[in-house]
Amino acid sequence: MNKLIKIHPNDNILVITNPIKVGDKVEINGQFVTYNKNIELGHKVAAKSIRKNELIIKYGVPIGSAIIDIETGDHIHLHNMKSNYIPTFILDNQFENGK
Amino acid sequence: MENNLSLRGYLRKDGHKGIRNALLIVYLVECAHHVSKEIAFHFHGQEVQVIGFSGCYPNQYADRVMNAICTHPNVGAVLLISLGCESFNRKALLENIRDSGRPVNTIIIQEVGGTKKAIEAGKEWINKTIVEINNVESVKINLSDLIIGTICGGSDATSGITANPAVGHAFDFLVQNGAICMFEETGEMIGLEDIMSKRAKTPELAIELKNAVEKAAVYYTKMGHGSFSPGNADGGLTTIEEKSMGAYCKSGNSPISGLIKPGDRPNTSGLYLMDVVSDGDIKFGFPNINDTSEIVEMIASGCHIILFTTGRGSVVGSAISPVIKICANPETYDRMKDDMDINAGKILQQKATIDDIGHEIIEKIIALASGKKSCSEELGHHEFILNYKNFEPIGPSCLTI
Repeated sequence: MNKLIKIHPNDNILVITNPIKVGDKVEINGQFVTYNKNIELGHKVAAKSIRKNELIIKYGVPIGSAIIDIETGDHIHLHNMKSNYIPTFILDNQFENGK
Repeated sequence: MENNLSLRGYLRKDGHKGIRNALLIVYLVECAHHVSKEIAFHFHGQEVQVIGFSGCYPNQYADRVMNAICTHPNVGAVLLISLGCESFNRKALLENIRDSGRPVNTIIIQEVGGTKKAIEAGKEWINKTIVEINNVESVKINLSDLIIGTICGGSDATSGITANPAVGHAFDFLVQNGAICMFEETGEMIGLEDIMSKRAKTPELAIELKNAVEKAAVYYTKMGHGSFSPGNADGGLTTIEEKSMGAYCKSGNSPISGLIKPGDRPNTSGLYLMDVVSDGDIKFGFPNINDTSEIVEMIASGCHIILFTTGRGSVVGSAISPVIKICANPETYDRMKDDMDINAGKILQQKATIDDIGHEIIEKIIALASGKKSCSEELGHHEFILNYKNFEPIGPSCLTI
């Protein structure tokens, strides 16, 4: 079953509709990406390679910027993108183990 | 789908058309609530609904919303129940309803001689009036006669991926076909001020839209109600812009024609943002204490139908206007089918596209406007709430036409 959805044609990210498990091999933009971690429903992966400082586009609009280079299929979250509005507040011990 | 659908509705004397013909029993203070419920009890299963305002002290906003609700196109007749000594301006409300051409009556509990006599008088009036309103002229209506609002409640990680974008598609179709659509919850648009204001039809409106979101940001900050919580990040949301977009995408892609406040009824087809945050100093607590208070404000601005997206599974419906429940999460849908009109979770299972669900929503709107009932109507949900709030009138640049 396909695990990813593009919400808007201009998006450079895909949203996970069925959780990705360790070892899953998923075709994105013509290439196969093998995952070494679990990623939950609602999270994002790159639909293409995204360079540092490039805008992350979801719903056809910028939702922040890449803070490092991101490769096709990479999980996109707090470790590689940031808000262009206000910093996201999180608790210190969160987002380990691919969460 | 075409615009000329053979939907039937009720033509009111002010020219507006309703898709329901509800008889409202309205208590004007909590003290009159019980009598209202007892009267309604005798008409169970009929289109008789109890709404009211609990407060004894006057409030301009509550007065305005109540007047708008009682003269809503979906309302056929109104019975006002007053204790007698509350401060609600019942005389002005009665006259306003009468001027709108609807049967209306006031029962004052203290004057008729208490609970029992008030209940008897109420039953008698409704028995007579139900016959009368069943003879209201039925007319053909189009999508362009409808006002549709949207809200989300009980959201989860699926809401912003399935149900909300699907409502956006439905909104685009409705606006293209001449309907009036409205969305709200400016507190959920924080971070999107620039993106949203670019959709304004005029530069003046763009400034008003930005100001409305900034007002919400200040208000929520003062209330100590942060917008982005760590739980949001667990669900895959990374930034405030992203979280806000998940709710905001319900508005679709049409240009924004105006900014309204509760009780303002747009007259021209297009998409409108409703500002639901009180003006001035923080006075009466949270702007909207629950989903129903948002639904009531949209109905006060003329909504015939409310599109309600939910992930965790809300069960609420509404008095006056039917609610279409669009369930974002397929597991919730399976568990709570009886309460859900549309299964947007099919998008996650690759059984439908966002566009497909958008079409399902339109078809459901057409069915309801043809007299079919929504799930919450079938189940007898008629939630209503009206609180204290404070609003300044909208400025001249808020409406573009």
